Amino acid sequence: MHQTTKDPLSKYPRYLRKDEICNWIIGNGELMELFNLSVRDAHELLVKKEISSVELTTAVLANIKHEDPKIKAYITITEEHALEQARLADIRLNSKENITPLTGIPYAVKDCISTRGIQTTCGSKILEGYIPQFDASVVERLDRSGAVLLGKHNMDEFGMGSSCENSAFFNTHNPWNLDRVPGGSSGGSAASVSTGLSLFAIGEDTGGSIRMPAGFCNITGLKPTYGRVSRFGHIALVSSFDCVGPLTQTVFDCAIILETIAGKDPKDGTSLPDPVPTYTSSLGKSVKGLRLGIPDEYFQSGMDPGVEKAIQDAIQVFENSGMKICKVSLPHTQAALPVYYLILFAEASANLARFDGTRFGYSSRQNVENVIDLIVQSRQEGFGEEVKRRIMLGAYVLSAGYYDAYYLKAQKVRTLIRDDFNSAFEKCDAILAPTCPTPAFKLGEKKQDPLTMYLSDIYVVATNPAGVPALSLPCGFSEGLPVGMQLIGNHLSEELLFQIGHVYQTETDWHKMHPILA
Amino acid sequence: MDNNIGNTSDAIDINTVRYIANLIKLRINAEDAEVFSKQFSQIIEYFQILSDIDTSEVRPANENWLLKNVFREDVIQESMDREEFLKNAPDHEGSFVKVPKVFEER
Repeated sequence: MHQTTKDPLSKYPRYLRKDEICNWIIGNGELMELFNLSVRDAHELLVKKEISSVELTTAVLANIKHEDPKIKAYITITEEHALEQARLADIRLNSKENITPLTGIPYAVKDCISTRGIQTTCGSKILEGYIPQFDASVVERLDRSGAVLLGKHNMDEFGMGSSCENSAFFNTHNPWNLDRVPGGSSGGSAASVSTGLSLFAIGEDTGGSIRMPAGFCNITGLKPTYGRVSRFGHIALVSSFDCVGPLTQTVFDCAIILETIAGKDPKDGTSLPDPVPTYTSSLGKSVKGLRLGIPDEYFQSGMDPGVEKAIQDAIQVFENSGMKICKVSLPHTQAALPVYYLILFAEASANLARFDGTRFGYSSRQNVENVIDLIVQSRQEGFGEEVKRRIMLGAYVLSAGYYDAYYLKAQKVRTLIRDDFNSAFEKCDAILAPTCPTPAFKLGEKKQDPLTMYLSDIYVVATNPAGVPALSLPCGFSEGLPVGMQLIGNHLSEELLFQIGHVYQTETDWHKMHPILA
Repeated sequence: MDNNIGNTSDAIDINTVRYIANLIKLRINAEDAEVFSKQFSQIIEYFQILSDIDTSEVRPANENWLLKNVFREDVIQESMDREEFLKNAPDHEGSFVKVPKVFEER
């Protein structure tokens, strides 16, 4: 096949643009491409009656049957439930009443998000078989909009991990290279969206858990402002960091979904009362004159050369679009990792105290003489190693004699990190940063050394302690693996992040790439 | 008074690991305690970089967050149906969740 030397992707024959895609057939030749539609395009076809929700859902389910055995993005697949919802969506679409941009669109959620009547495990044996009796608020809203739930995605146990290798059930594989991790902890969700196993996903970001897998899998992911999306029904990891958010193929799709899921929820006391804008209306606006801040501290050392080049190329795209590039400083960048982890250990140990084998979840019954035996054994047998490590460290940093030195100190430095962002946003409108210093690493490569795994989070951990939003989007490839970049904005600046991100996705094609699976 | 992170020579030894395990309701065997002791010491040592930062004039972030006094009307609302709740209980008797004995014989 003739390849022009101008084509930057000529070294990578595996990557095809969506309009050139797919010569492999898995059934009806017309159905096979439907699972790669964006939410926006699918909605248009549904409204024009060119496809039905049942056809679309069937195509995605067929793709799941065909590809998920290799990817292993799903813990639970709810085929009948999905087809039933699709049938209802088609009735709604035919009546032309009460149609939303998400009516009939198939999606799935990370398994830490409660779904009524459907197993919710948080990637842990301690919740294997647990069936919530209520829906999370985010699921309720999507249900009301007519979206179609396909199932529950694999994740690092209780969100503790950056690779999906800490799931108690199985590893998820990166669709771009099956020997590599998809990132974590929303690894299943990211892998799923990148390869048509759902048109979008809902994940959760405590310290990069949406953005990092989005970066590793070549998709778009948003960590909203803390409190923008209700956490009711999300099984808490770090109550003051957790943010529920969308994973999609495009910035436009992210905006569509955020319009539906954002907003005050009386069931979540930390949800913000601020009105929800029509995020899609800011898309297509020019970014001329807007200032893009490049943090000094993020570009000092340790970055993979391919990642660095992709980021520099992205800066050029923004400059060509009329943005002013300026330097900013986030002086407490090095402190962000210990601040993040210390608070995580502490809050997670408190949140996971509820898993004690008494009222729900795994309950150890062998050789149990009293209630303490029950609690200790259930936790010992139900929790994985990384979870035990983190909650023990949490108990340590909160214990008498150490609380002031560790937890309180971390909360004080957290104020300084928040102040860093406030100061930086006086000089710029948004900050650009890589999502991860390297592309996806190999399965097993970092698992042996917890500290090395923690260090890979350097670019994503500062946002959650500060509560600010961040959008991760694809910006190139390094040695054949996707590279992600982040746009970080001030509190409640999602409109601006979408505006800038959308311009980037109009000027570039990285987000249109899909992996070809062997 | 500023609070600095303790001396690094307070490495987390096996007895401390055992003590923490007890606090967090886990049971760790000697081999695992050894591994955890090394890992914890390494992780906590990395966090020493916080002690170089002056926070004498800084208020903790969790005391100074955005939202204040999020209230609702004191009106009785429906809670979860008891039967629904009990579906997930590992053991129950009538309308009560059942656990092994709490008190010891003396």
